[in-house]
Amino acid sequence: MKKILSFVADFGSYAINGGTKYKAWLIFLLFIIVTGFYTAYIQLSEGLIVVGASDQVPMELFFANFIFTAHVAAAAILVVAPGYFYHRKDMKELAVIGEIIAMVFVATGITFILFHMGRPDRLWHMVPFLGYLNFPNSMLVYDTIVLNVYLYLNLIGISYILYKKYVGEFDTKALARWFTPVIYLAIIWGPLIHICTAFVLSSNARMGAWSTAVMPFGFLAMAGASGPSLVILLFLLIRKYSKLHINDSVIDLMSTIIGWSLGIIMLVFAAEYFTALYSNTEHAAPLNYSMFGHNGLNMYVPWFWGTVVTIVVSFVAILNPKIRKSYDRWLPILCVVIFLAILMEKPMMLVFPAFSPSPLGEYTEYHPTFIELYNVVLTWAVGFLSLTLLVKGAVGILTGEVKYSKPVDAA
Amino acid sequence: MSDDRAETNNKKDDVTTSRRDFLKNIGIAGASTLMAGSASAGVPADSPDPDAESTAAEWLQGHFVLMSEEDKKEAINRLEKRYTAKYDKKTTVANTPPLEGVLFGYALNIGKCIGCRRCVHACVQENNQSRTNPVIHWIQVMKIPKGNFAFTADKLNDGYPKSSAFGDYGVQVGGNAYAPVGGLATEHAQSYYSADEMVPDKDYFYVPVQCQQCEKPPCVKACPVRATFRDPNGVVVIDYNWCIGCRMCQLACPYQARRFNWGEPNLPPEEMNPKTHYFGNRPRMRGVMEKCTFCVQRTREGRNPACLEACPVGARKFGNLLDPESDVRKILATKKVFRFKEEMSTYPKFFYYIG
Repeated sequence: MKKILSFVADFGSYAINGGTKYKAWLIFLLFIIVTGFYTAYIQLSEGLIVVGASDQVPMELFFANFIFTAHVAAAAILVVAPGYFYHRKDMKELAVIGEIIAMVFVATGITFILFHMGRPDRLWHMVPFLGYLNFPNSMLVYDTIVLNVYLYLNLIGISYILYKKYVGEFDTKALARWFTPVIYLAIIWGPLIHICTAFVLSSNARMGAWSTAVMPFGFLAMAGASGPSLVILLFLLIRKYSKLHINDSVIDLMSTIIGWSLGIIMLVFAAEYFTALYSNTEHAAPLNYSMFGHNGLNMYVPWFWGTVVTIVVSFVAILNPKIRKSYDRWLPILCVVIFLAILMEKPMMLVFPAFSPSPLGEYTEYHPTFIELYNVVLTWAVGFLSLTLLVKGAVGILTGEVKYSKPVDAA
Repeated sequence: MSDDRAETNNKKDDVTTSRRDFLKNIGIAGASTLMAGSASAGVPADSPDPDAESTAAEWLQGHFVLMSEEDKKEAINRLEKRYTAKYDKKTTVANTPPLEGVLFGYALNIGKCIGCRRCVHACVQENNQSRTNPVIHWIQVMKIPKGNFAFTADKLNDGYPKSSAFGDYGVQVGGNAYAPVGGLATEHAQSYYSADEMVPDKDYFYVPVQCQQCEKPPCVKACPVRATFRDPNGVVVIDYNWCIGCRMCQLACPYQARRFNWGEPNLPPEEMNPKTHYFGNRPRMRGVMEKCTFCVQRTREGRNPACLEACPVGARKFGNLLDPESDVRKILATKKVFRFKEEMSTYPKFFYYIG
């Protein structure tokens, strides 16, 4: 018990201490969180009427961002898998950071869903045995289950590895017995959360733009592009500001994954657009709306073409070794661009235009409100704050700066 | 799952009881704090609060169908007390059971409909929808151009390709493509109108759309908590107290029939209809879904839905699909009947016909 308490205390104090820039970053996030409590309070007390959604476009930014967090959470296994499946020594150490990303992003996604729900106070209706789950029919039930299991699998993995390393009892042989299966399960579970999320969308026959079989493939490819972008950024920062050694080979593997994920995204888009546009039936109406607008409603048009061009340009750019190997300049910039492009693709290409025309032929543009935007920023701030603190503490343990010292000095 | 039986059998359910007890043990006090901002927000500050304890009890109640008879009575008393205080008029919340051996069906004559929207407003009055912010209408009347007149000789040579070895007239696509010819295509439908619009407009026909009461409703399949389900008469209803507001049903519905209470509903007390049913027109709360129930509060008592009574041209017919003598069955047997969006395979029990 004493060991656990000292683990928590040492981990925490290492995580919140750092240079001026680090502290400024934490304070910036805290500022958003504290001010965000106000907008969150407004939404919780007034209801979803304060966001931009309507009966025509019932899914808001929270839902779109939730899909994106599932991308990144699923992609985190790409950091874990090489170490365990291919026994890459340079990556086995880093697996725990992948798991932290997975856990934080699943938790962020669940927070987005809480903002999305009309009655978050009735969440207990979804607790097994307490409420009533419409199993095995409702896709949302599957998604809830897989997301929660993924959250706890990663929570177990992270706390176990970090604690054992902290007390210096990290023994790979003893580990293999029960811990490796847990990690393997988590690796398999990663794509699962994503496939389920894709099915929540594609199971709606009336959503012409969504009821496509390539949805899970497209999602996995986008996960492969957005997740490793964040991982590269994080690894480059860790490498620069801590003693933890991360090989170039790790970064290169991640940028290779990003490149070919972008390639698959292009293929998926092409397949989807060709299938819709060749026959150009009413199923292509939402796509036509995204591409060319409808009777002067053309809010999504620049987003559509902007995203498509960004994806193609990023693909070409990351194939170029000069950019891919420019660890301190072009690569991080490209990673930020890809991360943001996939993030913006969610509401502006995938979610909002899909609702026009509505089943009764209405075309709608979605305009997010300030409160909605701020609540999204708030949720991201909570996510990034947890990510920063957990990664910082984990790096301390991995480098050996944070470790259990027997209370000799006290005795 | 054995839920089908559970829904129809309303027997006392041990599991549900123990759930309730468990929740009670969590502590009413904690629950009422949680609820302070939500369910009780409907209670005006100046009226005597029908006590926080009843609000908490409402929050703790299970799915209505799975409750014991005793708990149902209690729940209904609680609601009646709350509504009576809030709207300052004696309100009843019925729990009239479904009728025996009845499958409700509806038929609408689009040849007769003149687009007056009286059904829409009768529905709003009967079913206590929110009047402003959000405005909720369960019936949406599509106005669809009759077409035909769109064909012109001017476009004879406008096709694609403009010229080819086969001639200069659009071998592949004719110049008169892309023009509506009526039918139930929603592509050129308009649903919004000004209050002083004269109806019927001779260039249009009108198609009122409300919940189609599908035999295979995608909304029921999508609901994660079974808050919405088919009742034994084939009507899809919602337990407003069980709905979690995730809007998966709205996403699944191909008829845009479901309406969400985006904010606290605004129902002026003087316009409130105090004769309500638990699954029907009782006042809703913020953050839950609602939709047409074929006026469950009326039809379970053998009356017609309010929209039918309001229709000035007799375009609407309602009845028991199992009774060969009912209006709907006679229409099915003798008229040209079709279902809206048949390709969705939802098997609506709302039929459209002509003539």
